[in-house]
Amino acid sequence: MLSVSFFELKIWVHVCFISFRDMIRLIRACKTAAEERAVIAKECALLRDAFKEDHQDYRHRNVAKLMFIHMLGFPTHFGQMECIKLIAAVSYPEKRIGYLGLMLLLDERQEVLLLVTNSLKNDINNSNQFITGLALCALGNICTAEMARDLASDVEHLLQSNNAYIRKKAALCAVRIVRKVPDLIESFIDPAIRLLGDKHHGVLISGVKLCIELCQASDVALEQFRKQVSTVVRLLRNLVISGYAPEYDVNGISDPFLQIELLKLLRYIGKGDADSSDVMSDILAQVATNTEGNKNAGHAILYECVQTIMAIEAIGGLRVLAINILGRFLAFPDNNIRYVALNTLVKVVSIDTQAVQRHRATIVECVKDSDISIRRRALDLVYNLVNENNVKVLTKELVEYLKVSDPEFKLDLTAKIAALVQKFSPSQRWYFDQMILLMVQAGQFVAEGVTRFLVIVISNASELQGYVVRTLYRSFQDWRGQESLAQVTVWCIGEYGELLVNHSNELQGEDPQTITESDAVDVVETILKDVRVTPITQAFALTALLKLSSRFPQCTERIKALLSGYKRSHILELQQRSNEFESIITRHSSISASLLERMPPLDVDGSSSAMEADAGVYTNRTNLQQPSEALSPKNMNSSAQAEEFTVNLLDVLSFQPIGNPLSPPVSAGDALLNLLGSSLTSPSNVTMFPGFLHLTKPPMIKTWATLQCQFNQNLLVYFLQLWHCKQMASR
Amino acid sequence: MTIRFVLLVNKQGQTRLAQYYEYLTIDERRALEGEIVRKCLARSENQCSFVEHRNYKIIYRRYASLFFLVGVDGEENELAILEFIHCVVETMDRYFGNVCELDIMFHLEKAHFMLEEMVMNGCIVETNKVNILAPIQLMDKSS
Repeated sequence: MLSVSFFELKIWVHVCFISFRDMIRLIRACKTAAEERAVIAKECALLRDAFKEDHQDYRHRNVAKLMFIHMLGFPTHFGQMECIKLIAAVSYPEKRIGYLGLMLLLDERQEVLLLVTNSLKNDINNSNQFITGLALCALGNICTAEMARDLASDVEHLLQSNNAYIRKKAALCAVRIVRKVPDLIESFIDPAIRLLGDKHHGVLISGVKLCIELCQASDVALEQFRKQVSTVVRLLRNLVISGYAPEYDVNGISDPFLQIELLKLLRYIGKGDADSSDVMSDILAQVATNTEGNKNAGHAILYECVQTIMAIEAIGGLRVLAINILGRFLAFPDNNIRYVALNTLVKVVSIDTQAVQRHRATIVECVKDSDISIRRRALDLVYNLVNENNVKVLTKELVEYLKVSDPEFKLDLTAKIAALVQKFSPSQRWYFDQMILLMVQAGQFVAEGVTRFLVIVISNASELQGYVVRTLYRSFQDWRGQESLAQVTVWCIGEYGELLVNHSNELQGEDPQTITESDAVDVVETILKDVRVTPITQAFALTALLKLSSRFPQCTERIKALLSGYKRSHILELQQRSNEFESIITRHSSISASLLERMPPLDVDGSSSAMEADAGVYTNRTNLQQPSEALSPKNMNSSAQAEEFTVNLLDVLSFQPIGNPLSPPVSAGDALLNLLGSSLTSPSNVTMFPGFLHLTKPPMIKTWATLQCQFNQNLLVYFLQLWHCKQMASR
Repeated sequence: MTIRFVLLVNKQGQTRLAQYYEYLTIDERRALEGEIVRKCLARSENQCSFVEHRNYKIIYRRYASLFFLVGVDGEENELAILEFIHCVVETMDRYFGNVCELDIMFHLEKAHFMLEEMVMNGCIVETNKVNILAPIQLMDKSS
């Protein structure tokens, strides 16, 4: 025992029943968490002993200690029986602590609660108002369904008691009963209506709460309350007009809590019912205009009022009044008020967009606020406000802000801007401009689905391809490692490299820039060799190099050298690609031209479903997708020679014919459609399809080409099959 | 539409008063309190007093060394809750006379009694200080 510290010794020496205050002092005096745990463990042990020995006198003190320990987060179930014994005691202070313990330490799931039911019943019918109040309070906080059923009639009886204190508690108790046992709703409707006529504010507040609860729970009750609309309106009017009432006054406004509850009740009554909405519009207008707006209490009332106006069937003038109030809130320097205003505006904007547009400038200012809660709300609101007319202006603002926003926010902001641009762009050129700008600013936050969609649109927009690739080249000059920008640039240069060099399709206002073939290859090389890019982008770059080798014949040697550099890469994909591509360049240069032709315009439909899941946005196809051309034989070779090539190709590369495992001839497109549809998610099946190609029609081929695009496995196989299907289509 | 819990926490993150109006196990409570308090303590003066955490909205206000946090759900009027917090503080001030953190700590049960008179089952019942303090003063007189 020599290791026992002096501190622990102090505990043992202590007389068993230290007072509550002393225990708190003791716990406070602990310097470390371990010490605190030790002290509490000792106390709990002492308490357990005390409970076993059943000391009457100190029971309430012990339960108070238990409560404190519970608050600190330590388990205290051994004390539950004590609480129950205390409740059954006669003296008021003991009962009080007992009930307090009951409410803190127990909850409705404990079986011990059933033992209390009898005590509660006795106490509810006690003559002392405070004891009754205690019982009602306890019932109101933790009663279970069975207890509620047992004691409901008592509570109902008490709702009509003479004592305001009791009525008030009984009303809230009824709220809980109604929630737990919906069958009893009917019996509480009339008493609730009677409560509305009470004078005492406490009773009124609880009464109104009861009414709200009943309205929410049952339509029958709602009907009844609709008839009482004028009573409620009168109550509110009295409050607003009445003079100074000192007990309930808060900063010059009489009982704001009651006013707010009444407004809430009006909201439930008026929703969906034009008649009651008419009756209440006067008073709502009065509250909205007369309430003093420079204290928090006034703001709270105005806020509730606005919410009510927007929820009921209000006339246009009233709605405008409400939105103006919100506009005023937005301009307040106090952050709380602005937050609240933005929150409400988000709900309002779906009902009445026009009115909110007027406050657009203020809202955009809020996007740049220093408080993150406000920024998020404002961004949501702006997103809902965008339409075709203001998309350019708003996007410009948002992109400007993107430059200065902090990283966690950039992710949300980028996603929202991308979604907006996709949905509302007035022209394809603007869309490309914005996307390129976005990628330059926040490339590392742009989602994969968004870049994929961009690539698809580029492939469909044949006149703008030259413009896009040149702009990308220009933007790339100050590249800072953004992944998405690298990917898109490399893909475009690969596909449209010659457009870079020969200035085709130059649009008005473009600076003519002389770009040589080796410049283009430089760009791809930079991306390939940069340490910041991922293997996926490097793979893209290798593919681009291969394509360029056929488009820029002078650079073939250089490209070959670059490719060979990766033949021993420890990343399997890169190694495979570089080996295969190099073999295409060196040994099969005769067919490489046709192999590496421009890809057909990609289909939005096939791959957009995956992207919609990403971007969560409905792609407005009419704007961006041009009528997609079928696989027209733009740059096709003549078919006769092709036949020969097919045979040769298969021999030379000892390319295992994907042996037709399904030999029974499949009838035309339908079966293939099924197969395509069902195995859209399994890349391994895709390579089986070429076997059917000779049976299919051109539209199938296009879809299949898209599929291959998605499941870009064995690149060589892919290219061969693409070329193969072009042959088919040309027949 | 109701108050889910009321917490009083000091600047070091120690809970001084906790009243929950829905059932949570002790571990859940500890975790919840820890997370919320960390969020609130990290905020500065001129940020707004409303924080969203999981499916609750937390409304808080700092008075000297104590944070008063109220967790609500759904569509409760946040500004009204701010008023309510102020009402609680004023009531305690009236009873204890210049209330401070130690008063609440050493008279925890009285603080609970007051809160119970004001909030029942997650709904605000009484905001009149005289009515709230009457039973408590009566009890003090009799004992």
